[in-house]
Amino acid sequence: MTNIVIIGGGQAAGQAVASLRQEGFEGKIDLIGEEPSLPYQRPPLSKAYLSGALEASKLLVRPEKFYQDRDVATHLGSPVKHISPQERTVTVGETEFSYDKLLIATGGRPRKLTLPGSDLSGIHYLRTLQDVDNIRAHMATAKNLCIVGGGYIGLEVASVAVTLGVTVNVLEMESRILQRVTTPFMSDFYHQLHTERGVHIHTETTCQGFRGQSGKVSHVLCGNQEIEADLVIVGIGIIPNIELAETAGLACDNGILVDDHCKTSDDNIFAAGDCTNHPNALLNRRLRLESVPNAMDQARTAATNMLGGDKTYATVPWFWSDQYDLKLQMLGFSQDADAAVLRGDPGTRQFAQFYLSEGKIIAVDAVNSPKEFMVAKQLHGVAVSPEDLANLDVDLKSLVPST
Amino acid sequence: MPSVKFIEHNGTEHVVDGTNGDSLMMIATSNLVPGIDADCGGECSCATCHVLVDASWVDKLAPATETEESMLDLNPDRESNSRLSCQIPMSDELDGIVINLPEFQY
Ligand SMILES: Cc1cc2nc3c(=O)[nH]c(=O)nc-3n(C[C@H](O)[C@H](O)[C@H](O)COP(=O)(O)OP(=O)(O)OC[C@H]3O[C@@H](n4cnc5c(N)ncnc54)[C@H](O)[C@@H]3O)c2cc1C
Ligand code: FES
Repeated sequence: MTNIVIIGGGQAAGQAVASLRQEGFEGKIDLIGEEPSLPYQRPPLSKAYLSGALEASKLLVRPEKFYQDRDVATHLGSPVKHISPQERTVTVGETEFSYDKLLIATGGRPRKLTLPGSDLSGIHYLRTLQDVDNIRAHMATAKNLCIVGGGYIGLEVASVAVTLGVTVNVLEMESRILQRVTTPFMSDFYHQLHTERGVHIHTETTCQGFRGQSGKVSHVLCGNQEIEADLVIVGIGIIPNIELAETAGLACDNGILVDDHCKTSDDNIFAAGDCTNHPNALLNRRLRLESVPNAMDQARTAATNMLGGDKTYATVPWFWSDQYDLKLQMLGFSQDADAAVLRGDPGTRQFAQFYLSEGKIIAVDAVNSPKEFMVAKQLHGVAVSPEDLANLDVDLKSLVPST
Repeated sequence: MPSVKFIEHNGTEHVVDGTNGDSLMMIATSNLVPGIDADCGGECSCATCHVLVDASWVDKLAPATETEESMLDLNPDRESNSRLSCQIPMSDELDGIVINLPEFQY
């Protein structure tokens, strides 16, 4: 095998390049990405990079020199238009790239609003470095920010903006923020936290459109309310970029369908990251995840298997979110729990909510409690005494069998 | 440029150049030194960039923050010289530092 082509220049693509070279692949690697940048970290976009604490040069996953030294051909600002699995080629503009193995790591794009006024200037989405640079330019002068969608990204932006002195309103269609991703307990905790810091959260409030002056947004319309806003950030989820795969005839269903080796329905094509719908044996289901650890793990798995190895993907999903001075680390799927155990006092802003199923730890939400997070990571699927978990006098270390 | 010597669990040595200000994690991953996963990209959220700092260098490092300390505490391979490599920025004072890599990241 001599040619590997990677479509997408994001987190999964970046890791795949590194893993391929690390595993000794000496053939040609073409990395083809639509964005103008080499692979970079997205999480800081709504955290330290938005606030200005982190500079752009620190976002790159690896420096430019890495790709030169390792002989990786990078084609940036190059959207792939077509994959031909029969010919084993990928087309960008007029150029064709042939592959022996192909990795699709196209991620997702923000779901857009198509409401009256949604093309006014001042309305932003947040997925790319370019997006945040535009937002930052506006944020410097903005007085009223309205965030449509109370998910993690929206709430991270809210925490940065309100800290900078901007008035922040958050509109959430559902009855609680973070409804899709966490338990009512955690939603309540974050609702209260943001309210205390001065963020105005409006639940059961649907954005119905925008009003503006001279092409610029001035108000967000919801029911019989109008909320003043000179800056709007919409964070209502992503749509996986699967059109290329679909047109090429690959099986897709809410993501590109892959097996536990990250292989698609075509033997020569693999996929990794936010664009995949993959099985997870540990959780006994298929899922599509939007997280960096998943993108990296799948990229490593795909790289090994593209080179003829036999690596199975099975890790417990986890995620983190930074809001104000609170670090939240989450692991597992709390929806599957039949019991919850609280360790610590939410009032102190340092606590962990463990979730159990049939006595075994299956998930945790840990706020400023990295130790609790690490316990859950190591004891996932292991039975523990709920009394010990809840008891702050019990050192969690004693629950982890030493190796 | 200051250099770092990473020693894999199997004894393989990698001597690589680093840029001041870059973390040891960044320097390792940019040079394809195996044994560091760095799943969170350096946000002190994952603990998959665990390293063992050679004893003679430990005192030259700024102490671990509380978060780093708690993340390390439950690592089964924890030693007194354990650190998270994303939390150690490179500097001239660390030129020649020797870093041992654990067999596994958790
Ligand atoms: C603001 C923000 C904050 C986040 N915070 C966290 C966090 O705290 N923790 C966490 O775990 N995750 C977080 N995430 C999610 C995380 O960034 C994603 O899960 C991760 O980036 C997925 O990696 P990926 O490679 O699958 O996709 P991406 O990183 O999105 O990369 C896909 C790339 O493919 C390119 N592409 C698409 N179509 C084509 C084409 N036809 N041709 C060429 N290139 C194409 C895209 O332009 C893009 O650059 C955050 C995301 C955002 C936007
Ligand atoms: S890279 Fe995640 S903690 Fe260091």
